[in-house]
Amino acid sequence: MKTILFIEDEPTIQKTISRYLEEEGYEVKNALDGEIGLETAKKIRPDLILLDLILPKKDGFEVLKELKRDETTKNIPVITLTNLEEGENIEKVLSLGAAAYLIKANYELEEIVKKIKQVLNQ
Amino acid sequence: MIFKKICEQLNFINQCKKYNVALSQCPIYLSIITGLITIIAMISTYILAIRYTSPEIVALIVIAVTMILVIINHFIIQSFEKLAEANKMKSEFIGIISHQLRTPLTGIKWTINLLMKECGKINNHGFQELKEIEENNERMIKLVNDLLNINKIEQENMRFVLEKTDIKKIIEKIVKDYSLFAKAKNVEIKFETKIDLLPITIDREKVEIVIRNLIDNAIKYIKDKGEIKIRLIKNGKIVRCEIEDNGVGIPKEDYKNIFQKFFRGKNIMKHETVGTGLGLFITKSIIKKLKGKIGFQSQENKGTTFWFELPIKNE
Repeated sequence: MKTILFIEDEPTIQKTISRYLEEEGYEVKNALDGEIGLETAKKIRPDLILLDLILPKKDGFEVLKELKRDETTKNIPVITLTNLEEGENIEKVLSLGAAAYLIKANYELEEIVKKIKQVLNQ
Repeated sequence: MIFKKICEQLNFINQCKKYNVALSQCPIYLSIITGLITIIAMISTYILAIRYTSPEIVALIVIAVTMILVIINHFIIQSFEKLAEANKMKSEFIGIISHQLRTPLTGIKWTINLLMKECGKINNHGFQELKEIEENNERMIKLVNDLLNINKIEQENMRFVLEKTDIKKIIEKIVKDYSLFAKAKNVEIKFETKIDLLPITIDREKVEIVIRNLIDNAIKYIKDKGEIKIRLIKNGKIVRCEIEDNGVGIPKEDYKNIFQKFFRGKNIMKHETVGTGLGLFITKSIIKKLKGKIGFQSQENKGTTFWFELPIKNE
């Protein structure tokens, strides 16, 4: 069973994705802020990380930077999942090594799972 | 017409009211004052120079007048800065508020996704209501996205991520997405093309916005029932997409305004009140940025054909 770490501070968003992913056969671990997210990532080394960008304690950009700097986590694919406009953010996130940049409001849960599968198969 | 426009331009009180600033902070008013002072100063310096030939006095007057002009110019620059600042704040405000709006909208959207997946447990009646919540939610998401896109267009900050994409597949997907909505409105969508596969270098998401807006309008403005024909034609180095409907059409007097921001045709308000008048403005801006062309032919009560053309680039 593949494990996905979801770093997200919005309870509704977190619950809906977790439930959907669990029904699809994934194991989901949640982290409510950037710091816990980083710690959990190092500890459990998930197969994929879903990362929000606006987070308490440490924002998503910082988390992504540190994940890619750390030997133990740098090969874990990261999908950023945010409602921030792409603008400069998309370039920043992709240059930091994220696998994809998805705007939450524009995606159905089904499409997100499709994207996760696609990234995991790469 | 031109005379009227010049008069409007010169009516600085109205212009200043439009910007919502006091006269002493209004750039147009201040520049007119600078102009008047310059003319008066030049004439009086000339007269004084003839009467009192003493160069010292003339020099002093010139210095004094220049100082006054420098001070007024300082105010002009300051008021321009204020207007620019207000504009920046407006854009930032839209950016922040949109993010804040999108988050709860996403929460609703995904909760509905989950509920609908488990629709087996809900009777048909409940499912229909869920569909309605979903549709309304999507409308709000689209509105927020439209506002953000307008913001980006105005700031010339719209970014294009170009990738090789099959435009035929994009249309097929959108037609599929709209099939339920169209069926509910008794509209049949037909997509015809002789092209097998047409990978061209475009921004997929932006071209999707264009096609969605045009199909959305076509469905919305068909009265009781009707038909939409979508054609995709390759013409040398150009790909042309036509979307024809047999809807209410556009009255002649609205032709010139159809691509303007917030414009909504007079006749359509009678049939369909939903809409912001932002779609075609955004559509045209995207097509222009992709170096394409867009236009339409229409006859009131018969129907409208919107078309757009994009250059085929394969690099």
